[in-house]
Amino acid sequence: MSAPRPYTLIAEVTHRCPLACPYCSNPLELVHDELSTAAWERVLEDAEELGVVQVHFTGGEPLARRDLEALVGKAHALGVYTNLVTSGIGATRERLAALRDAGVDHVQVSIQSARAERADAIADYQGHARKLEVIRWVRELGLPLTLNCVLHAGNLDEPANEIDELVALAEQTGADRLELANTQYVAWALANREALLPTREQLEAAAERATHHKQRLAGRIDVLFVKPDYFGTTPKACMDGWARRFIHVGPDGRVFPCHAASTITTLSFESVTDRPLAQIWHNSPALEAFRGELWMPEPCASCERKDVDFGGCRCQAFALTGDAGATDPACERSPHHHVIDEARLSRGRSARGLLRRGRSSARSREAR
Amino acid sequence: MKPKLAAKVRLKHDRHDDQWLLLYPERGQVLNATAAAIAQRLDGTRTVAAIAEELAREHGAPVAEVEADVAALVEQLAAKGLLA
Repeated sequence: MSAPRPYTLIAEVTHRCPLACPYCSNPLELVHDELSTAAWERVLEDAEELGVVQVHFTGGEPLARRDLEALVGKAHALGVYTNLVTSGIGATRERLAALRDAGVDHVQVSIQSARAERADAIADYQGHARKLEVIRWVRELGLPLTLNCVLHAGNLDEPANEIDELVALAEQTGADRLELANTQYVAWALANREALLPTREQLEAAAERATHHKQRLAGRIDVLFVKPDYFGTTPKACMDGWARRFIHVGPDGRVFPCHAASTITTLSFESVTDRPLAQIWHNSPALEAFRGELWMPEPCASCERKDVDFGGCRCQAFALTGDAGATDPACERSPHHHVIDEARLSRGRSARGLLRRGRSSARSREAR
Repeated sequence: MKPKLAAKVRLKHDRHDDQWLLLYPERGQVLNATAAAIAQRLDGTRTVAAIAEELAREHGAPVAEVEADVAALVEQLAAKGLLA
């Protein structure tokens, strides 16, 4: 089939990061090779030519790249809306001002918790106080701000789950948006699933608070609550469909439909170092693999929701069933749905410590 | 009130599909021709009534009708937090 028009480029410019969050969205096999400035500029040009109107500079910590200002400037010159997705670590006021001047449209800063001590424990890095400073600079420089916090058992504990505190922080800091994103259990988060899964009660309490604040703050702060898999009956519309609206380019130039797709070891993803982005987007076998509906097995093929959720997440299907072409087990109609039920029961069972990425990208296992 | 697009919002002509887009953090929406003409004037220098008058004059349309369109778009954008 002919490739659809992509609207968003996710430029994962590096896997380097000072933090070591146990739910990191980078793959377990971190990449050390990084594209040159010129190669990234070509990616931006080619993506815009394909139809992209938004770019997310992310990582790793994108500020680890010294040429981030140049890349932002390139995207801006192409007329592409530019999001910077950062931990804040590595930012200085001067650098943020330079990025603003280069054309950053919006900055998203991650925090790990509303509570400093806990945030530093989750990230395994003393960074929370610095992040608050960076957040202040972002606002002082007039840059639109999103706060992002990943939710899991470590910050959704009862009775005082952190939602109220996170919302209060968003209000205090003058954020435009607050993204409360439940952990998605692929890659590092899957490895640490037993420790990270909340209970249904925790999740429902958090959702209730988030809904309350969303209504209260409507028109002022956009409060987003991203539901987790594992507690629903239908899968998420992952990436709005495989290789449909999003192009994800990794640090080494490999082209994916999403940040986690390299975990699907049965597919071979091509790199912009081998052929141009447009060619890869249009006819790379890995991107064609799950486009459209022809690949769908039952129960997806005859499901009335197939153009709503696109069969769910391919990475999750592969991780939990060994078959990337299976119905997402998060769907109650999946013949593998029992693995989700079993996973929920396994919560809190692990005796081992969290598996964390090493700072120099070597894996390390720490004791809790 | 002189409505103005929020700092996080960019109005962009999409050369690929010859349409106007409103872009904001991680999202976007396609504007029809009327909405685009209105959005171009949401710069904090004109009232809803002034925008309506201007567009009605340019397009030879009844002011009341245009003003309803302007007010509706302003309300919709405000609800989404897209106005300053």
